[in-house]
Amino acid sequence: MADDDPRPSCDDAACMDSCGAHPEHLRASRREFIKGVIASGVAVSSTGYIVLGRGTAHAQAAGSVGRLVTLNVNGRDRPVDVLPNETLIHTLRYKLGLTGTKLGCDHSECGNCTVMIDEVATYSCSTLTHGVRGRKITTIEGIEGPNGELHPVQKAMVEELAPQCGFCTSGQVVSAVALLKHNPKPTVDEARLAMSGNLCRCGAYDHYLKAVMRASREA
Amino acid sequence: MAYNLIGKNFTPVDVVAKVTGRAKYAEDFRADGMAFCKTLTSPIPHARIRHIDTSAALKIKGVLGILTADDVPSFPPPQPPILVKDETFYVGEPILAVAAESEEIAAEAIEAIKIDFEQLPHVTDPLESLFPGGPNARSNGNVAAAQINLQTVKWDAGDFAVAGDDKMPLGKPAEEWAYGDIDAGFKAAKLIIEESFVSAGYAHHSMETRSAFARWEGGKCILHGSNQSHTAAVPNIARLIGIKPEDLVLVAEFCGGGFGSKIPGYPNMAIAALMSKKINRPVMHRISRMEEYGIGSARPSFQGHVKLGFREDGKLLAADLYIVQENGPHIGGGDFRSAGNALSIVYQPDAMRWRAVPVLTNTPPVGPQRGPGENQFVPIFEPIMDKAAKELGVDRLAIRRMNAPDSSSKIGSDRGPLTSAFQKEALDKGAEMFKWEEKKKKSGQRNGTKVTGVGIGQGYHSAGSNGFDGIVRITPDGKLHVHTGVGNLGTYSHSGTARVAAEMLNYAWDNVIIERGDSRRGLPWNSNQAGSLTASTESRTMYVAAMDAKEKLLEIAAQALGGAPGDYDLGAEKVVSKADPAKSISYAQAAQKAMEVGGKFSGKEAPKDINPVTKHGLDMIAGSGLIGVAKDNLPRVGVTPGLTTTFAEVELDTETGKVTILDMLCVADCGTVLHPQGLANQIRGGNVMGIGLAMLERHVYDHKLGLPTNVLLYQSKPPTYLDVPAEVGWGAVDKADPQNPVGAKGVGEPVQGSGAAAITSAISDALGGHLFNRTPVSVDMILNFLSKRPQAHKPLQINTV
Repeated sequence: MADDDPRPSCDDAACMDSCGAHPEHLRASRREFIKGVIASGVAVSSTGYIVLGRGTAHAQAAGSVGRLVTLNVNGRDRPVDVLPNETLIHTLRYKLGLTGTKLGCDHSECGNCTVMIDEVATYSCSTLTHGVRGRKITTIEGIEGPNGELHPVQKAMVEELAPQCGFCTSGQVVSAVALLKHNPKPTVDEARLAMSGNLCRCGAYDHYLKAVMRASREA
Repeated sequence: MAYNLIGKNFTPVDVVAKVTGRAKYAEDFRADGMAFCKTLTSPIPHARIRHIDTSAALKIKGVLGILTADDVPSFPPPQPPILVKDETFYVGEPILAVAAESEEIAAEAIEAIKIDFEQLPHVTDPLESLFPGGPNARSNGNVAAAQINLQTVKWDAGDFAVAGDDKMPLGKPAEEWAYGDIDAGFKAAKLIIEESFVSAGYAHHSMETRSAFARWEGGKCILHGSNQSHTAAVPNIARLIGIKPEDLVLVAEFCGGGFGSKIPGYPNMAIAALMSKKINRPVMHRISRMEEYGIGSARPSFQGHVKLGFREDGKLLAADLYIVQENGPHIGGGDFRSAGNALSIVYQPDAMRWRAVPVLTNTPPVGPQRGPGENQFVPIFEPIMDKAAKELGVDRLAIRRMNAPDSSSKIGSDRGPLTSAFQKEALDKGAEMFKWEEKKKKSGQRNGTKVTGVGIGQGYHSAGSNGFDGIVRITPDGKLHVHTGVGNLGTYSHSGTARVAAEMLNYAWDNVIIERGDSRRGLPWNSNQAGSLTASTESRTMYVAAMDAKEKLLEIAAQALGGAPGDYDLGAEKVVSKADPAKSISYAQAAQKAMEVGGKFSGKEAPKDINPVTKHGLDMIAGSGLIGVAKDNLPRVGVTPGLTTTFAEVELDTETGKVTILDMLCVADCGTVLHPQGLANQIRGGNVMGIGLAMLERHVYDHKLGLPTNVLLYQSKPPTYLDVPAEVGWGAVDKADPQNPVGAKGVGEPVQGSGAAAITSAISDALGGHLFNRTPVSVDMILNFLSKRPQAHKPLQINTV
């Protein structure tokens, strides 16, 4: 943002937006947020959010005790306190601040929450965090290269203008990356089948598929 | 006309954030001291609330407050309430909200609240409510819509007796219009076709549920919401919260799908805002997928009847359409009206009558969904056109072409003009690209258990408006800031239209910054991102703002370099003397000078006719550069139609009933193409949604209990990768609309209708012309037909399996 810009600068405490519009502020805010999360994450079990957001509180009644574990997320070991019934998306979004993984249904139906566990595409809404200790977890935040360069799948999705609203895109990217790790040269039908666990209400399947095939060609 | 930017692909500003997960949606925000909120929703379809006891809940440690109908603004019915007070109208309707230190505590508190309900008769089928003595969805009426007051309408038992089970009874409508002489038309007709039909409603199921996060700072409410529009939504959301529009800061940079369900804000947004005010803490209100089913809106069902009279050559002489709309419990949608307009424009009957009644039901609130009304109607109508063609011995493409609109055609009851229509060209181009003449020979061909069908569908939605405002700003670093109040529904039209301003000012795209998504960014009053409006409407506002900036640039050049403004022209990001090209002032310098001169040049003085929202936005940026700001006063006479046609080839397995789409191609009459890749994505995505409408999606209710039975995605069946072809072909007529400065028209909605209609037409073709007169055409319906078994539902039943 230019110094002479008279717009109220974004000093919004909740704005961690990394869209690039105001990077200075965002870096600061993100740092503070992560600091906060780490500080609170080892101190308390609850984040305030219901696991599996479906109403009843009984499963998480007072007395549920978290346990400090170490998760390998995007190549880094992350200590975090995890409840017995906690799902991976809950840990990722609400304890580790990795909000790129989206919660679309919380019922293993839409694939918006797809992450990789040891390079296999997995619905994080239906994976218990305790079950993936010692495994390699990769979220959308871990897909870019070490210097922030886009992965060939991400690059292809930009070039094909694959996303529309973008809410399912993180999951689509992760599923495509997982597919190409196992099958670098899929046919269109193989790609369709591999991606079929990812719903897109905008119906941008055609463009996502084209991006998968382009990434396969250009990787 | 040759453009540098318009009509070319580009990388929109927000797409990298989407593929990297950096895009922040409402529920991705946090704040220190954030509290959580959950709603208690109605477990029964229709009930009186006798008493609410919150005493036990309030004693739970960590509960911070309860919000009831008494704490929130109320609106006269049938406007949807934020929280219901005395009567609840559908399963999932919010009654009260609890805030607590955590969601767990809020949920525990909700379980501790006791409500004494008196169950009332409920209704999920409009015809049942119209029957004498039938149940009403509300204790004070059963018919209402926008511009139709809440009232009780009962038809005569005789209307039902005459119709029997197979035909729709035609009782007294709530609204009607007519033009021409339909009786004469039917008398002159060679062929008359009469059909009753059902179009099933279904949920929007936007991937992002409508979570909201709110807090208050300095008397202003800062609301992070999932909204498909931006500035157009601000006054309505402020009204829901009960504050002035200037006291609402709406942050909505991304919207995870809306499809019409998140146009001008919605009641749920006010809950987080008002709870935050009440407990003086930031409040996060997450909405689950199940909650979204209740409050996330749905496309209304139609029960209808159509009578058509054709001349020997296929010309449609007369049409008589009647629609009963399942309107949900509140104000609902205007789909019934749009369906009438769609028939009047797409098929151009010489004479037509339209009648309708929107009936309230104890099902989730309905509202606009992509092509509301038009898209329910055309998938029913196109197979009927095929039947007419067959019976008259006319070619299926020819009958559509003959009845298709051109730029001299009219629309609706008042026979209003169109700004342009090139549907015949769209049909011709589609037929050529799809190789219709070859493909149609495959109609009915058998291959083992499989039979081929080919179909044609058409779609329409009005696709342009006018009278909104534009703001552009050139800063002393030479950058062009395009301020847009357009939302981010995923169409990239915020950028596509911004390129019109850049084009008019000779800007390189790399030097353009788009300011959007946050009320604090100086945003002008723009249209809803809905109704296929943005491309046409906002290319106009971008144009007028750019022209205002251009005028100011020329004036500044004259002031700085001497002479008159007319002595100068715009060069490559500089103002150049026509007589001496060496004499110039850069845009950066002009911006600096504009700031020094002030007044209108730097936005310190505003045009008198701009909207107060624009003025509010302008005040935030005034003085920071050379500012172009103007209201779109360009002339526009008539309806701007977006028109499409889709061709489809399907293979229907007569043993399993499965329909596989082998080929699908859609051509749009959307004026000048602004952004080919964005258009391709809209066309393809719309056709995919059309497949859902045609074959998969519908509300299902337990009729006796009034309970929804397919709430989640797996049961609602939105199309997946495996339900749709790997590729949908597309094309555009690409003829400029003469009433738009760059020739643009919108197209986001008709693509779904034409896609759905091409599928129903192709399925009917595969079955030798059988008319199901119902969407979705499900596998079991196909199998029942093939095995000569009765269908599982009566012809006019809705909300059935």
